[in-house]
Amino acid sequence: MTEIKRPTRISMPQSAKRGEVIEIKTLIQHEMETGYRRDAQGKTVPRDIIQRLSVQYDRAEIFSAETFTGVSANPYLAFSTIATATGDIVFTWTDLAGATTTEIRKLTVT
Amino acid sequence: MTGSVHTVAPRIAAGAAVMTAVILSLFTDTAPEAQSVAHTSSRPNVVRQGSSFQSTATQVLQADDGANPAMLWVEQGQKLWAEPAGTPSKSCAGCHGDATAAMAGRAARYPQVDPGTGKLLNIEGRINRCRMEHQNAPALAYESQDLLSLTAYLSFLARGVARDVRIDGPAAPFFASGRAFFTTRQGQLNLSCAQCHDDSVGRKLRGDTISQGQTGGWPGYRFEWQSIGSLHRRLRACSLGVRAEILDYGSPDYLALELYLAWRANDLPLEAPGVRR
Repeated sequence: MTEIKRPTRISMPQSAKRGEVIEIKTLIQHEMETGYRRDAQGKTVPRDIIQRLSVQYDRAEIFSAETFTGVSANPYLAFSTIATATGDIVFTWTDLAGATTTEIRKLTVT
Repeated sequence: MTGSVHTVAPRIAAGAAVMTAVILSLFTDTAPEAQSVAHTSSRPNVVRQGSSFQSTATQVLQADDGANPAMLWVEQGQKLWAEPAGTPSKSCAGCHGDATAAMAGRAARYPQVDPGTGKLLNIEGRINRCRMEHQNAPALAYESQDLLSLTAYLSFLARGVARDVRIDGPAAPFFASGRAFFTTRQGQLNLSCAQCHDDSVGRKLRGDTISQGQTGGWPGYRFEWQSIGSLHRRLRACSLGVRAEILDYGSPDYLALELYLAWRANDLPLEAPGVRR
């Protein structure tokens, strides 16, 4: 699978107490082209959207979301999770062509 | 059900009254030139942030750096600051060093007159002047991702800093032409900026609340654009709105207007990157 480097922002604490509920906010820069628009020549602008965000942590998928053409550009998704163990949280956005953008953040659990 | 009939009827009556007033005003305003001269715009009595005219949800989104989509561009700008450009290859940081120290609050003093050329420069102009003179690199196009990112970053570094532009000395003629632009009726709707942003602040224009036209939130993210955009892009939308000539990005008239608008908000802290409807 192709990996595309896209600007992203992930807001979350760097450390948390075991069992603590933490909030994670994600943003990715993407046009979310619906495929319904036409350009100046009248040709359809091909659909190009982020299709899915999957978040892995502590050997499990802790959050996933599917996004469709009705989702605005630069999709913002926020969720909460429970801090269980020190380790990487891996964020993977997948676009319509299957290309992914991956970000990793370390969470230290005390 | 009868209740709804009772509430709708006065609304229709009120709407008709407004329509009549608008139509009447079209006929009674026979001397727009005289009016625009008589209208001497000055600073609003109470200066209000642009965000204060937005919905609570939008204000919350702007205030949260984890959710404000414009922060994507701010972060890009931070990266670009250290990225070499031109020949010989030199980055912004190569001369200015750490932007968080060197550029803190600087955007609040723009637009300002460039002492070398006597031209009025906004942040976009200053960045491009720097690129051409010191980096030997081509100017970045207005609304290009790179220029938006850099202006968003520099404006972000002045967030919370009170606007402080000079309108005396070499800036005086630019200020005068900015004020003239603001108070002169233009376009097929024959409206001046002042008629909305001085006289009708707080009233509704379709779904929007008319603001004071404060510029501290720009460059900003506009939902309508699904992207960040410059102040001049916003001004072009205003020109379109009154069906006036849409001027070029960075045109002298918009630059002078930018100075005038900045002066109207002198002492008001910047809030870039803003989020607008």
